[in-house]
Amino acid sequence: MVSLKTRLCGIELDNPLIPASGTFGFGYEFAEIYDINMLGSFSFKGTTKDPRFGNPTPRIAECERGMINSVGLQNPGVDKVIENELPKLKKCFFKPVMANVSGFSVEEYVYTVERLDKEEQIGWFEVNVSCPNVHGGGMSFGTSPEAASSVVRAVKAVTRKPVIVKLSPNVTDIVAIAKACEEAGADGISLINTLLGMKIDLKSRKPVVANKMGGFSGPAIKPVAIRMVYQVYEAVKIPIVGGGGISTAEDVIEMMLAGASAVEIGAANLVDPMACPKIIEDLPRVMEKYGIKNLEDIIGGAH
Amino acid sequence: MKDLIFEVTSNKKIAKNTYEMVLLGDCTDIKCGQFVNIKLDGFYLRRPISVCDVEGDSLTLIYKVVGGGTEAMAQMGAGVKLLVLTGLGNGYDTSKSGDKPLLVGGGAGVPPMYKLCRELVAQGKSPSVILGFNSRDEVFYENEFKELGAKVIVATADGSYGVKGFVTDAFDLVDYTYFYTCGPEPMLKAVYNKSVTSGQFSFEERMGCGFGACMGCSCKTKYGNKRICKDGPVLEKEEIIW
Repeated sequence: MVSLKTRLCGIELDNPLIPASGTFGFGYEFAEIYDINMLGSFSFKGTTKDPRFGNPTPRIAECERGMINSVGLQNPGVDKVIENELPKLKKCFFKPVMANVSGFSVEEYVYTVERLDKEEQIGWFEVNVSCPNVHGGGMSFGTSPEAASSVVRAVKAVTRKPVIVKLSPNVTDIVAIAKACEEAGADGISLINTLLGMKIDLKSRKPVVANKMGGFSGPAIKPVAIRMVYQVYEAVKIPIVGGGGISTAEDVIEMMLAGASAVEIGAANLVDPMACPKIIEDLPRVMEKYGIKNLEDIIGGAH
Repeated sequence: MKDLIFEVTSNKKIAKNTYEMVLLGDCTDIKCGQFVNIKLDGFYLRRPISVCDVEGDSLTLIYKVVGGGTEAMAQMGAGVKLLVLTGLGNGYDTSKSGDKPLLVGGGAGVPPMYKLCRELVAQGKSPSVILGFNSRDEVFYENEFKELGAKVIVATADGSYGVKGFVTDAFDLVDYTYFYTCGPEPMLKAVYNKSVTSGQFSFEERMGCGFGACMGCSCKTKYGNKRICKDGPVLEKEEIIW
């Protein structure tokens, strides 16, 4: 018998699999086809203070071994999430869920986290710092150690739940930002968010997505994700949620060897809604193949 | 929603760049006006294709070759097995059709009108069908619709076949109680403006997942944001913002 159990900021997970925010909605579409309680947890749709429609369509472009999305954080806003989505979620998911929050100012992050903090279902906050800071010239919070740590400090002041910061890979030095977040009090680091990408249509000679650029995800970005998780693991003591192109049980093991305590599955859910159950079912076989008894034992094993 | 293996039983060219593929598999979940999402080797995202017809275990799809994915589909012969996500989208509501529904399909928007027409006829209604194409060599399924017992008018933009002009140029030739339409967005908008009754529109958008998870294909309606793949692809005239 092998053990898939792992821990994330003091909360035990039955297995390390966490569907990534933006690829899993609030879970119901997937609950129609499998019992989502088999997951370690999942990170729900990025939630902001105000409702957002997001960017104009087309918002999706297919690429080699991946895709670009420019959804733009479409969500009903935190009040409607609490009023409509969380009560529905309670009926199909009985484990702690990860609340993914975004903001366009420090105050917006604080407002959203403060509202969600009272919700018992929420086990962790996953703070997405990839959004542009409207008070900082539009630069993303995640591109500077100072801006990222200002969000972490402000959010930590209004919740006692673990705060995990989801970092953007579109930076010069991911380690400096991860360290700044740890020093500001973050309980964990999640990485990587999507890589900024573009696809141009040869017929129209224009970018495929209306917003021109978007977040590139899928198996093509996995080597970047593995490298960044490896680097951050060497630099911080807090646990890491690793993700980026993870699609198979082998990928999960590779990501944990790089240093991840838990693993996010993103784009794979969109091309195969049964991706997570398949990986969970396959993990014991692959663990046995590589002589792994307890998945938790291999975290950071590549160092 | 079900993710199932289907086997291609036939795949043939029926008009310019247009193919009819028949697949064998479990069709129990598939309703008229819905679409399926097909996994293709070598392509990351699936290909959403509207359902043309379903009978027993047999699923008919008609698709236009518009890029690498549909080009690969066009090369497939009988016996090829495909992973197909079925039961996607809301589909048409036939209860609102009245006695004389009008079905308006343009180009790749013609296929979903076929099963709809068959169901309306089975319900004892007398549908009229307007099919729009650019040119004579793109015309398909005129006889198939006639064989169902529908009144069929074909319009071509260049006048090389049938009525010269757009589908809306044929509207005055029919008397209708309600309408259903699918086609390119400029055509849908023209139908919206020309029509004198209520009706249902089937939309197309670039999709990520096809089942409501990624929010890639959202649109604004009078009743809030909707996902074309999950809350659509069929929207009612009254909710569309144009």
